[in-house]
Amino acid sequence: MLSEIILKMEGISKSFPGVRALHNVDFTLRRGEIHALMGENGAGKSTLIKIITGVYEKDAGQITIEGRPVQFKSPQDAQNMGIGTVFQEIALCPNLTVAENMFIGRSRSNFVKWKQMNAKAAEMLKSLGIPASPTQELASCSIAVQQMIAIARAVDMDCKILILDEPTSSLDEDEVQKLFALMRELKARGVGIIFITHFIDQVYEISDRITVLRNGELIGEYETAALPQIELISKMMGKALSDVTAMKKHEPPKAENSVPIFEAKELSSAAGVKPFNFAIQKGEVNGFAGLLGSGRSESVRAIFAADKVTGGEVKINGKRVKIKTPLDAMKQGIGYLPEDRKGDGIIDELSVRDNIILALQVMKGFFKPLSWKQTEEFAHQFVEKLEIKTPSLNTPIKSLSGGNQQKVILARWLLTHPMYLILDEPTRGIDVGTKVEIQKLVLKLAEEGMSLTFISSEIDEMLRVCSRLIVMKDREIIGELSGMNLTEQDVMHMIAQGGK
Amino acid sequence: MEALSTTKQRSRISNSTLLFIIAGIIFFLMYGFALISFPGSFMQFQTFFDLFNFNAALFIVTLGMCIVMIAGGIDISVGAVCGLVTMACAMLLQSGAGNVWEALLLALGIGLAFGLMHGYLIAYLEIQPFIITLAGMFLAQGLLTTLHKDPLNVTKPAFVALRNFTIEIPWLGTVNRLGVFIPCEIKPGVFVVLVLVILYAVLMKWSRFGRNVYAVGGNIQSARMLGINVKKTLFLSYVICGLTAGIGGFVFLMTTGAGNIGNGALFEIKAIAANVMGGILLNGGVGNLLGAPIGTLTLLTINELIRAAGVQSNLQAIVSGLLLYLFIVLQSIVMSLRSGRKFRLTLPPWLKPHRLPEEKEAGNQG
Ligand SMILES: Nc1ncnc2c1ncn2[C@@H]1O[C@H](COP(=O)(O)OP(=O)(O)O)[C@@H](O)[C@H]1O
Ligand SMILES: [Mg+2]
Repeated sequence: MLSEIILKMEGISKSFPGVRALHNVDFTLRRGEIHALMGENGAGKSTLIKIITGVYEKDAGQITIEGRPVQFKSPQDAQNMGIGTVFQEIALCPNLTVAENMFIGRSRSNFVKWKQMNAKAAEMLKSLGIPASPTQELASCSIAVQQMIAIARAVDMDCKILILDEPTSSLDEDEVQKLFALMRELKARGVGIIFITHFIDQVYEISDRITVLRNGELIGEYETAALPQIELISKMMGKALSDVTAMKKHEPPKAENSVPIFEAKELSSAAGVKPFNFAIQKGEVNGFAGLLGSGRSESVRAIFAADKVTGGEVKINGKRVKIKTPLDAMKQGIGYLPEDRKGDGIIDELSVRDNIILALQVMKGFFKPLSWKQTEEFAHQFVEKLEIKTPSLNTPIKSLSGGNQQKVILARWLLTHPMYLILDEPTRGIDVGTKVEIQKLVLKLAEEGMSLTFISSEIDEMLRVCSRLIVMKDREIIGELSGMNLTEQDVMHMIAQGGK
Repeated sequence: MEALSTTKQRSRISNSTLLFIIAGIIFFLMYGFALISFPGSFMQFQTFFDLFNFNAALFIVTLGMCIVMIAGGIDISVGAVCGLVTMACAMLLQSGAGNVWEALLLALGIGLAFGLMHGYLIAYLEIQPFIITLAGMFLAQGLLTTLHKDPLNVTKPAFVALRNFTIEIPWLGTVNRLGVFIPCEIKPGVFVVLVLVILYAVLMKWSRFGRNVYAVGGNIQSARMLGINVKKTLFLSYVICGLTAGIGGFVFLMTTGAGNIGNGALFEIKAIAANVMGGILLNGGVGNLLGAPIGTLTLLTINELIRAAGVQSNLQAIVSGLLLYLFIVLQSIVMSLRSGRKFRLTLPPWLKPHRLPEEKEAGNQG
């Protein structure tokens, strides 16, 4: 009875324009089990969920529920079949009341019985300890409360299958335990639960089985008890444990003066990393290591004030400064090359030249335009220095290859002569040759006295470039690794063991 | 990481209610101002009732528009549909081919036809509402001018009786200079307004459809994920709006007694303006249906004020336009203050309220 398969997905494929989100993925869920779906950000977990629940239509594959093939056209169909879902992006209506959000779309009755609905909602809220009133507008609740309300709704649905896509991302320890208690209760009642989280400890605490996805492909299905954490991590990242690449030696810089060029204490941002301390010396290259989604990008975004800074203090060369906006950071000599080149970095339609001089222009203010000749000179200089392959300076940047686009953004920052440059995934999606060029450039800049933070999801690359690695897990810094003979395995061990 | 314990446990009034209260206050201030400025006319109850008597059709059209706006859409065909209905009904009655009941059915039929068409194209084929209803507006206008170019007075006795029918309120009225008591008069159209206001208010508050309309207007993606049939909800909201425009057309004819190509002109603009003044958010999802009549009253009071002041009538349009700007800005200020989010309009520092939270959000400089 317990091993009865309630949901079976076979050969699921799904593509978005330009992205293959899922390719030939199988997944099975048994009655009364908690099945963790694991993978780095972008592995395709949420897409798989949205295919089960009828939000997206699959390109290929088959879904059967309790042995019957199903084809959901909308979340409504899935809901009617007894699938309760908490989506990753909280899918509630901010303008409705808390109670309405818990019950709307579920009742077949043509009339709303407010009293009855509010009473039922109040009962649910109380039993789950959610500090919200049923008649309150949802928009006035905090994100954590909204998340709990979404959970309450899904749980109340009396479903056969419960799907939780990163439900714990904004919950605290107490709330997580409440949720787990609830999940265990439902499990005992025979509900099959799909649980997605990027907190690895939570997976080991609650799940029975694990399915790992990577780059939209199925890596495997495992019994949780039989899969060591470190193996799970290596499966998620796609690095065999034994595959430790040869490492090039890299001289760590000598700390000439003990005052770090940049220092942050208890820094925190609205993007939700645990307050952290961080310092970097002149001429040092360090890096944030960790799984995708572990808070690497959020940390450096906090340094650059790219997300709203909510606390902590910052010193530059030992002097306290206020960095509230990216412009403040730029004026203090900090540069930031964002992870999302398309979203944050390049301006598609602008020419190579305009993209290069953008940051300098922003710093000077738009009322003091650079002369045409100056911009031409600057742009030309960097196109040569970085060997940017472009037909002309006036070519729109969108027609350049990924690697060359990346170099343009790099040039943009180098032009402002930063003393501290943050590179978030500067080598993602670019060819091997350019990758090596960029790595070399980083080392050269450091030699010239610039401090750099280098983030990459390829650990071997970080090991080649960085003399110090700050290891992150679950949005928290769990430790530091430095030394000449670091291996990928050291990093994975630290992530797996949580820094102990 | 945000803990539950840090939640602000204020059970605040909803945005809809707040905007409704503001709309109510603005109306009372406006009417109060009118009473003080022109006591001669505004002090009379009849002046107030006449706002309803002469503009019942606008009230009705505004109600339908209100539902579409709460759903996050727009229907700019309502004025033309309303005008088309007056002419079609006038022709039917005047030609002797139909009686008053058949004319009413024709009005409902025309409104329903437009509503069904718009609803289908917008909800199921997912075409922009503005474009679709613009096409509907041209179609209705074209049909209207094709039907009959000149004003067409309806002289059918049964209809004239209906048109002239008035209800007197024996205990309310004014005493004229000769000492004769003149009771207040109400036209039947006002009752149609009253019935529809109650019906639609109940629909929006207590029916599943009404709440789905709010959900769809609030966040269409979430509404879908919550298991709401978004397409059906949108479809029905346009059907109701079209139907209501049809009713509005019939009431218009009941008020003026003639079909005319100018009938219902600019009603779509006035209805949108009235709804904005009544606290219906242009973005959808927020607003109290009772705000529609309140907003209409505000709009009409402003127009009456301008007329009473004796200035050129095109000033009415100018002032209405300026006030509309003001109300839209006001709405977005109220909404952004409440959500604590960054204020969308860029105002000079001296215009920014001091209560605004630090507005340094995730910057996107690369
Ligand atoms: N609606 C969409 N349009 C285009 N691309 C999408 C869409 N949703 C997801 N993707 C892409 O599909 C891939 C998988 O995304 P997702 O399923 O959200 O990953 P996960 O939940 O595992 O982090 C990513 O590359 C993402 O960019
Ligand atoms: Mg996801």
